[in-house]
Amino acid sequence: MSFRAEGTEPITKVSIIISKGSLEGIYPGLIMANGARAEGMEANLFFTFFGLDAIHKQRIEHIKVATVGNPAMHIPTLLGGLPGMSAIATHMMNKKMGDLDIPSIPEFIEMIGDTGAGMYACKASVDMFDMTKDDFVEQVQDIITVGDFYDLAAGGQIIFT
Amino acid sequence: MSTTTYAGVEVRLNDEGFFEDPTVWTRDMAVEMAAADGILELTPQHWTVLDFMRKEFFEKGTGPTVRVLGKNSGVDVKALYQLFPKGPAKMAARLAGIPKPKGCI
Repeated sequence: MSFRAEGTEPITKVSIIISKGSLEGIYPGLIMANGARAEGMEANLFFTFFGLDAIHKQRIEHIKVATVGNPAMHIPTLLGGLPGMSAIATHMMNKKMGDLDIPSIPEFIEMIGDTGAGMYACKASVDMFDMTKDDFVEQVQDIITVGDFYDLAAGGQIIFT
Repeated sequence: MSTTTYAGVEVRLNDEGFFEDPTVWTRDMAVEMAAADGILELTPQHWTVLDFMRKEFFEKGTGPTVRVLGKNSGVDVKALYQLFPKGPAKMAARLAGIPKPKGCI
């Protein structure tokens, strides 16, 4: 059965902004972009601020779960701040996701590139962090301005994560 | 639910166009459905995917996602999107006569 209400048109295009650099901040946008392509929609990913870590050649290998300031971790904030807590939580979550055959972030970025989705870095953030296109994985097509992003997003839905 | 005729046989479809009964599917039906979707010729690679989807469905009860197809069907993700431009898992499942695969990735 379909959940789409009768009389509504299917979504044909999405542009998804990833603005956070934590594991839980990056995965949802990747899953939505990949899922959009799998449904035959056009999809673009736009990485801004700390979200740039998801496409940074070195940092992409070390994305971690935030254990501080995250009440849903269900551990006291002080404990969450202990050295190694984030690494442990990340390890546990990665293991669980591996068991479910959810790809790691580097593998996922590669796969989404293969689906034909567009991937772009935000110029303001790239300048702010003193990065260049060489810092990014090969799937990143370009560094673009916010105006370019709106042009790219024309005719579709925009999702901010 | 609706009925339609593929390769001279009446077939029941759900509201998204997927087969209600995967066992009535034949290869001739897939050829006809593909043509209607703009795939003028089903290549050996197309058949590799369709056969894999049916095999997985009858073994596991649900068709494979794009991720599983890319890893295990012998056709990689990039090629899957070229073969089935309207979304590989969904489009290939429909042509293979099986229900829409469940799974997010």
